[in-house]
Amino acid sequence: MPPGMLLLDFIRYHQHLTGTKIGCNEGDCGACTVLIGSLVNNRLQYRSFTSCLTPLGNVHGKHVVTIEGINMQELNPIQQAMYDESATQCGFCTPGFVMSLAGFCLSEAAPTTQQAITAIDGNICRCTGYKSIERAAARVAQLVQDRGEVAPAVFAAEQQILPAYFSNIKERLQTLQQSLNGEMTPAEDVRAHYVGGGTDVYVQKPEEMKQKAIRFLFDQPPLNGITRQGSRVILGPAVTVTDLQESPVMQDCFPQLDECIKLVSSTPIRNMATIGGNFINASPIGDFTIFFLALDATLVLSDGEHTRELPLRQLYKGYKQLNKTPEEYITQLWFEWPETAQHLFRFEKVSKRTHLDIASVNTALHIRMEQEVMAEVHLAVGGVGPVPMRLERTAAFLQGRWLSVALLQEALNIAQTEITPISDARGTEAYKRLLLSQLIKAHFISLFPQLSVADLLNL
Amino acid sequence: MKNIDAGTHVKGGSVYLDDIPLVNGTLFGAAYGSPVAHGNIEQLDVTEAAQMPGVVRIFTYADITGENQIGGIIPDEPLFAEGQTHFCGMPLAFVVATSNEAARAAVKKIKTAITPLPVITDPREAQARGELIVPPRTFTLGDVSAAWQQCTHVIEGRADTNGQEHLYIETQGAYVIPQENDVLKIYSSTQGPTAVQRAVSRSVGLPMHMLDVEITRLGGGFGGKEDQANTWAALCALAAHHLKKPVKYSLHRMDDMAMTGKRHPYSSDFKIGLDHELKIVAYEVTFYQNAGAAADLSPAVMERTLFHCTNSYFIPNVKATAYSCRTHLPPNTAFRGFGGPQGMFVIEAAIAKAAAVLDVPAAKIQRQNLLHTGDEFPYGQKAQSEAHACWNKAEEWYDTAAIRHNIFTFNTANKLYKKGMAMMPVCFGISFTKTLMNQARALVHVYTDGSVSVSTGAIEMGQGVNTKIVQVAAAVFGLPADKVRIQPTSTFRIANTSPSAASATADLNGKATWMACTAIAGRLKEVAAAELNVNVNAITFQQERVYVHGAPTDWDWKKLLMAAYAKRVSLSEHAHYATPEIHFDGAKEKGHPFAYHVYGTAILEVTVDCLRGTYTIDTVKVVHDFGASMNPAIDQGQIEGGIVQGIGWMTMEEVIYDAEGRLRSNALSTYKVPDIYAAPKEILIEFLDTQQDNLAIFRSKAVGEPPLMYGIGAWFALRNAMLAFNPAADIPFTTPMTPEKVLLALYSKPANGTIVAHENTVSHLAVDK
Repeated sequence: MPPGMLLLDFIRYHQHLTGTKIGCNEGDCGACTVLIGSLVNNRLQYRSFTSCLTPLGNVHGKHVVTIEGINMQELNPIQQAMYDESATQCGFCTPGFVMSLAGFCLSEAAPTTQQAITAIDGNICRCTGYKSIERAAARVAQLVQDRGEVAPAVFAAEQQILPAYFSNIKERLQTLQQSLNGEMTPAEDVRAHYVGGGTDVYVQKPEEMKQKAIRFLFDQPPLNGITRQGSRVILGPAVTVTDLQESPVMQDCFPQLDECIKLVSSTPIRNMATIGGNFINASPIGDFTIFFLALDATLVLSDGEHTRELPLRQLYKGYKQLNKTPEEYITQLWFEWPETAQHLFRFEKVSKRTHLDIASVNTALHIRMEQEVMAEVHLAVGGVGPVPMRLERTAAFLQGRWLSVALLQEALNIAQTEITPISDARGTEAYKRLLLSQLIKAHFISLFPQLSVADLLNL
Repeated sequence: MKNIDAGTHVKGGSVYLDDIPLVNGTLFGAAYGSPVAHGNIEQLDVTEAAQMPGVVRIFTYADITGENQIGGIIPDEPLFAEGQTHFCGMPLAFVVATSNEAARAAVKKIKTAITPLPVITDPREAQARGELIVPPRTFTLGDVSAAWQQCTHVIEGRADTNGQEHLYIETQGAYVIPQENDVLKIYSSTQGPTAVQRAVSRSVGLPMHMLDVEITRLGGGFGGKEDQANTWAALCALAAHHLKKPVKYSLHRMDDMAMTGKRHPYSSDFKIGLDHELKIVAYEVTFYQNAGAAADLSPAVMERTLFHCTNSYFIPNVKATAYSCRTHLPPNTAFRGFGGPQGMFVIEAAIAKAAAVLDVPAAKIQRQNLLHTGDEFPYGQKAQSEAHACWNKAEEWYDTAAIRHNIFTFNTANKLYKKGMAMMPVCFGISFTKTLMNQARALVHVYTDGSVSVSTGAIEMGQGVNTKIVQVAAAVFGLPADKVRIQPTSTFRIANTSPSAASATADLNGKATWMACTAIAGRLKEVAAAELNVNVNAITFQQERVYVHGAPTDWDWKKLLMAAYAKRVSLSEHAHYATPEIHFDGAKEKGHPFAYHVYGTAILEVTVDCLRGTYTIDTVKVVHDFGASMNPAIDQGQIEGGIVQGIGWMTMEEVIYDAEGRLRSNALSTYKVPDIYAAPKEILIEFLDTQQDNLAIFRSKAVGEPPLMYGIGAWFALRNAMLAFNPAADIPFTTPMTPEKVLLALYSKPANGTIVAHENTVSHLAVDK
């Protein structure tokens, strides 16, 4: 099998397992959701993936679980909950929902209804209106209530939530690891295409990718991990959005990280999408590009021989044009976050649909305060130009000042001169201009409660 | 009783079109759609495509063995473009290859030279140029022109509703397997087996008795697979007929979205007149329906717009005119509600505008004009009204006074967030408005082991029709549900079916099933009466046993069947049901087209984030007229699902064509339907049980379409919340109310003449403008 082919095609057309459905081919409906089990630091970890965007190479040596793999003699308790709550109508999206809920049972998420619903935030149902599915999710949360410290897969097997074979998957994966032989590495002389999570490139050109020589970056240990060294936070470019969310280092720096991440795609996509991929994809509205632009992150690039550092803000030359050679890939990124400093950080995003949607406009703001003065200001904006960008002049204007409504009004005027939004399916130019001003106001209203909202909105 | 498919659904074991095991040698098709909306085809070059690996053959209009025509109501829709293209995505060629990938790769190599012709996307422009699908129709009641004199207030305005993509999660598709003697077995993801059979018959040139269209279930339909499934089945059938090989085509999502029609966008003008008591005295409305490039079902959709133009209200003087306008968009088609929602939005907009002008709550006008039993609809039928019952129960049960008070308190205390509410009464007629379609057949076999097989023309697409049919058969025979099996729908078992549509599928096919089962049961009762030597009227069947005068006998179901079989009594029946009482005179535009009406009232509450222009739909509280629901679990699911789909249409679902007629919202990344967080936080449903007899199966009223229209209330609730923030906000009656429209309206200033400005900002999108 070509390692670049889609997991979904492998499941449906080679393994003839038809419970996994094709809905949208772009990770936006969840009908093709499967679970991927892997060993991470010798812990068994299951995450939901949309198989329509997953290259086979990214599940090499892992446990791929389809709906057929969680069927038991009778309905399993997850399926029973969906059945009892009439949470299935036409049924086409249903296996995806069941898999996402099974993923919840196999994760270490808190056993709450809210977490169970988060697990299905990437699944679209056109029939039920979701209320019955929510009721089913609440019952599924009950199933794992008493798990305590038991490993999720072991608990699920013991409680007969999932088939008994889940209890020894960890051992089977350990054995499998030993027999892996690196057969996926392309020959040295072939120009390989780099693939991280695949969530963008497999939307754009799945057919082409099947034929390509690919260097898979997703599971490379040196490209993973989040650590802190002094004032510097260092990330591997292959960390996923979920890795970010679960990182104690990141949670420590950004107490509001969960709220922000809830606005970014969906659970399975967050499980797959890498930060490095988000940068390289160069979408003008990449949520984490905006986030890290406001942190003034620095990239370490390598072409295999030479490495160099490049500030993220210098990566973009023009629409989807990067300041790097095709051979170069990100080996590391880092940002400064002195623990002693007073940091203010916010992320804002508005899209047509609040969740699981691409931003009309997004923005992140990082201010380092010194004695109530904005000593350092970084303002990143997306959706208002051909590249994800920083509003340097606006930031420079604010820097070193005391905040007031009048100052902010002036800053907003400067911001309008720095952007060049176009009208497209995500909004008209006029809307994007107004929206950016509103979101910058939202940043400041939240960060500086002393600001008069009425004055700011000209009420 | 749960949906009979739920068990296999949750296990991933239910079979949809793309899951059917392939016959050896199956080939795969992919259509090449026109890249130009309107133009003369100078050249279609498939040479390079034909040389691609795996390509078997490329079909065009020249290969059609029958007639190049698949139009249903009107023969105006070629299967393949010939000479001219009429919309982007119109099939020009059909590639057949040894794999799906090969077929799709070859499509990309097809080249055309098309001289562009003027593209019309605006129905008003089409109407002005006389581009009409059918002559306009007008429904009248009373005398509008005289009635304006009696009005204290006359308000005019315009309302525009955008289209809606069906977004069934299973895309369209067909799989055709040739049999001996040129017979074709056609698996199709269609709501209309006979429509597919007719379209294939006409285009391939084979009689209908050689075409077995079979459907087990659909992964969603919502009207999108009523007539629009025909194309794919006809393409595969044509190729299979030529090649004598099985041919399958399961559409890629982006092809599906680009090539198929959607809910009709409408542009409408209204004029409403009220007296000093807020009674609506007169209503005049003109609808410009954007039909797209061919008729499809547009004339019927337009007709239902007229039927529902006064929603749940009695208006003594009405003049409603509708134009079905030919544009260069893919032919728009059926979508849950079928033109009704478009009509209802306009009357609700008219009431909202009147309320704003008169400075009274819209609910006061709504309440004052609800239908009473005996009131006449503009089409002549008299109402058997539950409108007041639903409305009053909703006000009491959900305490609307408290809701209003809480919203007022919240809005007074909050600057950045505002709440709004709206009441949405609904009255929806049940029956196909084309009277002849209100017929159905069922074929019931009782086997000697006691099991029962039922075939009907119904298509299961999640609405639970098969479950209801099982309930009917099980009830008549006194059997547990697992003794009854619904067979896949097949045109060889049941002929001349009406599509599963108009909310009427359970009524029509359920009644036919009831008749067939009752006929068999009658014969069995005679056998039992003779064997037990009692009067036939004393016999009943319960719990797989023969009862006499309500008491069990030692004759069980199986023993009875064997006795009947031994006596050579028929254990099979084919029954035919035609809805009684209904009729309509198209010349007078009067009659009694509906078997009955479904009523309901919804209360919708929303919160708008006035800083960002985003919003949440907080609660939807409904009192719904179920008649006597035969399956509350299924019916509740239909209500919840319908509401969320309706809210989607009103809020985030934005079909965007550019001025060249190209679909810009062509994927799930650019066309957003509600996700789990977008659903209302709470949906409460109170059953209005009504005791009057009706023509529904077991008095359980149809439930498929009516709840969608509760969603219309979301638009008006948002409007009310926005007005709480900016009482001078300019909010044109344009759907959907996207966060963009909300934000622009919240900060609009009447001094700037923003009505025009706002409309201009969206005009470049050609969202039906």
